[in-house]
Amino acid sequence: MTATMSTAPEAQPVEVPTSTKRGMGNAFAMFRNAKSVTGLAILGVFTLAAIFAPFITRYGPLEKNLDALRQPPSARFWLGTTHMGEDVFAQIVYGTRGVLVVGFAAGIIATIIAIAIGVTAGYMSGWRSESLSALTNVFLVIPGLPLMIIITTGQENPSLFLVAGVLALTGWAWGGRVLRAQTMSLRNRDFVQAARANGEPLWRIITVEMLPNLMAIIASSFVGTVTAAILGLTTLAFIGIIPITNLNWGTILFWAQANGAFPNLWWWFVPAGLAIALLGVALSLINFGIDEYVNPRLRSAGERARDLRKRGMKTNSAVTEVRAVPGAGSTAATTTTATKGEYERPDVP
Amino acid sequence: MNTLRFLARRIAFYLFTAWAAITINFFLPRFLKGDPISAYLARNQGTSPEVAESLRILFGLNQDRSLFQQYIDYWGLMLSGDLGRSISRGLAPVTDVIASALPWTIGLVGVATILSFVIGTSLGSIIGWRRGSRLDVLVPITTFFSTVPYFWMGLIAIAVFATNLGWFPASHAYGRGTVPAWDVNFMLEVIRHGTLPALTIVIASLGGWILGMRNMMVTVLDEDYVTVAQAKGLSPRRVLTMYAARNAVLPQIQSFALALGFIVGGTLVMELVFSYPGVGKLLLDATAAKDFPLMQGLFLVITLTVLVANILADVAYAVLDPRTRQTEA
Repeated sequence: MTATMSTAPEAQPVEVPTSTKRGMGNAFAMFRNAKSVTGLAILGVFTLAAIFAPFITRYGPLEKNLDALRQPPSARFWLGTTHMGEDVFAQIVYGTRGVLVVGFAAGIIATIIAIAIGVTAGYMSGWRSESLSALTNVFLVIPGLPLMIIITTGQENPSLFLVAGVLALTGWAWGGRVLRAQTMSLRNRDFVQAARANGEPLWRIITVEMLPNLMAIIASSFVGTVTAAILGLTTLAFIGIIPITNLNWGTILFWAQANGAFPNLWWWFVPAGLAIALLGVALSLINFGIDEYVNPRLRSAGERARDLRKRGMKTNSAVTEVRAVPGAGSTAATTTTATKGEYERPDVP
Repeated sequence: MNTLRFLARRIAFYLFTAWAAITINFFLPRFLKGDPISAYLARNQGTSPEVAESLRILFGLNQDRSLFQQYIDYWGLMLSGDLGRSISRGLAPVTDVIASALPWTIGLVGVATILSFVIGTSLGSIIGWRRGSRLDVLVPITTFFSTVPYFWMGLIAIAVFATNLGWFPASHAYGRGTVPAWDVNFMLEVIRHGTLPALTIVIASLGGWILGMRNMMVTVLDEDYVTVAQAKGLSPRRVLTMYAARNAVLPQIQSFALALGFIVGGTLVMELVFSYPGVGKLLLDATAAKDFPLMQGLFLVITLTVLVANILADVAYAVLDPRTRQTEA
């Protein structure tokens, strides 16, 4: 029988499988499924491209080939060239650096803020918890992009660290809210109560008892923040607010639009957008995997339904079927199987 | 009594958020480098004293006063509805400039968001109901669309549907020579111009609603009350709509708050792509012109508008879920 999972929405406590054995193997259990692995693999390819950019591309990203302006893709220029004869492929590969560095920096800063505020708000009670929660909700409501635009415009030459900081400042609230809810539900569990009764210090309760059980949510909010930060960064770059010296996929689109690439020079603007989408899909896949680890029903629902259908039963039929089980002993000649798959079949491996 | 307490808590939260937004707005220009206002005032000596005074208050140029006194002055301006003057628009009052753009954005985002919510939630409930069927393919497809930046999808949509196929106009909210009027022709023209941007927003934001609803449906369908409803012999349609979907939709409305800020952000840039005369276009124009009073006013108005939309979502939630009225939120 499956354990009863909380039916609460994302913002409310979800029951993370409590880790009984500790160790590195267990910490990565949430990534051990096809979706997460696929996502991590795509992310890995992008990371390798960012690190080994000079070995992958034939030209530098800003190297001008004046003999080949606005060329469609060819063997020499895999993704064609810009109006200045720059290799679009090289720009995409080098642009990965800016995207990943800012995205992950913003994700790390935002996750640290989210853990600090979320876990504190969840562990404390009374007005302190309430005021931290109110702060989180305020940041949740305030639309991030206008704030980013105004702050970055106000600086003469915004540094990448500032951009990452602003992206983090506008992106930590969701993780903070989920972490607070989860910590609140952990606070009253037996093992935390026991640790407190044993006189364990607060830092130990939080880091040793609670954090392992928050890892899935922390990971998922980190991945979510990175996704949002990448979209934010490329948007800011596309608007032209981030200095064009920071090459990323948004800057490519900014140049493409400024130099009349639309709608005919498709090789100039299509790859950058697809790269953003592919990276976004990879990050979403990682998160789907974590979601299914946290709430196994999300995965098993489809599998169970397909399985039932294969056996000729309808998923949503109201009639409970009574079927003969072939090969079963005489005492268990028939077994009732709830059509919804509420009860696991005995022969499930 | 509990209803009153629930209401009081929500009202307190919204007042607090409004206060926070206005206060952030007060500090924003004080973080900025450089001083665009004194430069402007120095160049334009003819600026009327009242205008110069309100700009000084907004931007903290009256250094002779304490920060607290500046804050009080600023609140005085806010309460009298004075958001300063737009530098790039011939010192027109910021409130007037925003008022001419806000309806376009609210119309576009409102229609697109509601459409996206309704379509996405319905699709999600059907996908969750028929879990394991071929419909599951829709989830990764729409997820892909939701990870694509709005503005890029808008550019592609223009390239395909406006430039190549010529089905829709590529930009602006209405034709060049048209004079806005409240008649059928003008309405049709606005709808024709708004279709492409609205469609792009719907497609880009559909994925989140589908996924959220599908996941909630899958969870809710395992609940005992759904089994009981089916055991009673209720029609599958009734079980789907009145039992499963009705409960699964609640978290969807809760996540509206998060989605809205994101959708508004995406729409602001969409307006640039489509040259749509809303607040997003205004904000980006103001950015290019370094028109800080206008940017500041826009930030405040956008935040307060999102806040109002949140209040509406809250009311809808309270109507749909009687529990919120009984226990603490």
